[in-house]
Amino acid sequence: MDWQEILAPFADQGRAGLLPALHAVQQQAGWIPPEAATAIARTLHVPPAEVYSLVTFYHMFYDRPTARRIVRVCTGPVCQAHGGQQLLEDALRLRNLEEGQPDEAGEWMVEAAPCLGLCSHAPAAMVGEGLYGPVPDASALFQPEALPQPVTHVAGPVRRLTQGLPRQRPLSLGEYQAQGGYAALEQALRHLSPETVRNQVKAAGLWGRGGAAFPTGLKWDYAAQAPGQPKYVVANADESEPGTFKDRVLLEGNPHLMLEGLILAGYAIGAREGYIYLRGEYTHLYPILQHALAEAREAGYLGQGILGTDFSFEVHLYRGAGAYVCGEETALFESIEGKRGYPRLKPPYPTTHGLFGKPTVINNVETLANVPFILREGPDAFRAYGTEDSPGTKLFSISGDVARPGIYEAPFGLTLRDLLEMAGGVQGTLQTVLMGGAAGVFLPPDDLDWPLTLDQGRRRGAPVATGTIMVFNQDRDLKALLLSIARFFMEESCGKCFPCQLGTRQQYDLLQRMFQGRAEARDRTRLADVIFAMHEGSICGLGQTAGLAVQSAMQLWPHLFR
Amino acid sequence: MVRIRIDGQEVSVPAGTRLLDAIRQTGGDVPTVCYHPHLTANALCRLCLVEVEGWSRLAPACVTQAQEGMVVHTASPRVERVRRTLLTMLADAVDLHEAADLQPWLQRYGIAETREEHAGARRFPLIDDNPMYVRDYNKCVLCWKCVQICATDAQYTFAITLAGRGFDTRIATFYEVPLPGSPCVFCGQCVSVCPTGALKSRREYLLEQGYTPEDFVHFAAWDAAAVHPTATAFRPGERRK
Repeated sequence: MDWQEILAPFADQGRAGLLPALHAVQQQAGWIPPEAATAIARTLHVPPAEVYSLVTFYHMFYDRPTARRIVRVCTGPVCQAHGGQQLLEDALRLRNLEEGQPDEAGEWMVEAAPCLGLCSHAPAAMVGEGLYGPVPDASALFQPEALPQPVTHVAGPVRRLTQGLPRQRPLSLGEYQAQGGYAALEQALRHLSPETVRNQVKAAGLWGRGGAAFPTGLKWDYAAQAPGQPKYVVANADESEPGTFKDRVLLEGNPHLMLEGLILAGYAIGAREGYIYLRGEYTHLYPILQHALAEAREAGYLGQGILGTDFSFEVHLYRGAGAYVCGEETALFESIEGKRGYPRLKPPYPTTHGLFGKPTVINNVETLANVPFILREGPDAFRAYGTEDSPGTKLFSISGDVARPGIYEAPFGLTLRDLLEMAGGVQGTLQTVLMGGAAGVFLPPDDLDWPLTLDQGRRRGAPVATGTIMVFNQDRDLKALLLSIARFFMEESCGKCFPCQLGTRQQYDLLQRMFQGRAEARDRTRLADVIFAMHEGSICGLGQTAGLAVQSAMQLWPHLFR
Repeated sequence: MVRIRIDGQEVSVPAGTRLLDAIRQTGGDVPTVCYHPHLTANALCRLCLVEVEGWSRLAPACVTQAQEGMVVHTASPRVERVRRTLLTMLADAVDLHEAADLQPWLQRYGIAETREEHAGARRFPLIDDNPMYVRDYNKCVLCWKCVQICATDAQYTFAITLAGRGFDTRIATFYEVPLPGSPCVFCGQCVSVCPTGALKSRREYLLEQGYTPEDFVHFAAWDAAAVHPTATAFRPGERRK
């Protein structure tokens, strides 16, 4: 194969061209042959060993030949409870395959995947570049064309971000404009100073929807005031928290909404370049975003002198390659920079030392999608819904044992019970709700009546920022669920810091021993110590939260841990 | 100069001093295995975490700078619980018999070497693919120092790198080629910074195995005959005295 030709488009990108170049080779060859890795190293001026290092870090790059089509069966919490593990085993048996080994013809390969963000269609799978679900049986995996295109149910009492969703195809630029799209950008560029834009966002009280719930306007202020040029804004579209699929649904239906927010963020902090980092498994969104960027460029919302002003802004689209940890903001920067997705030590924080070491604002997709509304309608209108400390609406990803799983846009301040009723009620008898994802906590059936706000969530140690709600009825096997969560963290730990690298493995081993009835007397204490060490000692949020779900389970169901 | 208090003892140190150095100045100590004064500090082993009053999170002493009025605890219950757990997990996964910096701490906490019976141990075959060094990654704690010194912290050779991830992270060459097929120049820097005996001079290793200097004459001939970089022909265990 002529690697030079494939790699030519990345030649001037230096190290930041590594992930795009690896994607190009992976797509062409089905793996990264050593000759190709050498060619990449030569083209991008990176040591060959470091190219190999990257190939082995990202799960969607392979250092051995694969097959024409890779079937990735979701083993996330909800899919696992709905037969995902069985589906994986059936698929392997059906084709007489070992997991991760291609068949002799090089036609098919089957492997397990972490939560694919299709929890409303469990059990789900990724076949080639497409997401499918619910998959009726293993044989269907090998005829993906016959599977229905899943459309996620979208509903809720207030439709600010999800107006007109779900849709079979994304809103075009013209359709978005007809809904008032890009009016906020036009108004801001013509009439508002960057500082005024930041003040509006601060007055609205918007905080981050990606997990950490940091006040958005404040973050923008820090980056705007930080010394150093250039500055960057980054859209974190690496949605991979198990049970979370709101960003996927937003981008599938209305990519321009997030894009307008990103351009506004760039204007507000004085950045001329933005990045979108898209989750690797969301391959189907790549052309959608490419198209939206092309439309925006064509219409003059991107490029030099936007709308006749002196503001210029360009957006680069990056794809991850299978690493949950890259949703952590500093790991995401490292990934764009062509390195292994290792979280950095903080401080310094991204607002002063972010992407390429420059002042950077990084926001979640849903956070950015709220910005056009705030600027178009004003902070007071934004605060018309929600509560004092949690203004606005929130996209809740509700999945599992409810009648109508999907995305629910609702004001902050409703209770979990309200939301479950909105989703058609629990199917069967409620056993527990896993709130906040794999990095979340289990709640008992009698703890559903508190208002979902930042403050109430923090008091209970229940993360509300991502809006992730997974519902499990009495028929679901808690032990299998806990093991799948532990395995997820073990497989997604980057391995940089010892507490997480060793602790995620020990957590899995200890749970397995306990659930197989081989526990030793000291194992319970040991597990609590491991979770404590991960929480107190890990560098980033992945390790710090990797034991939260198990810890909450130990409190709720102590009999499981004997 | 700034004044700080460490375990009740007041000390004055120049502003910007690492807490680790300040602690050692008081005659105290905390364990560390990834820190080296001449290499970029990544604070990844987390063994040197200490508690600073008023801080919500524990602070790695190797990268945290002393600030006026800091009150530091190097052995609070919170610190000790994390430290003991980390050392225990490490002893389960890695052969620490030659980790000189860690041995006193393992003894202090009474941590038994449980690796042999532990299912979660990392296990690798000994790599003996060149005439200079042997690599025994059963002893590797993944401190990164060899990779750092081979790369931008000193040599700019980039022969070795980190591969895989999570618990299954390992030190590797490009697609696992034997060291002689890599850019390695056998400078020995990696061996000099290895804190656990995972990297070792081959001569030292052979002497430990019971060979004598006379044996090395024969080995040199064997090495010359073996076609590197595939030098698998020579397995020391076969000629053990």
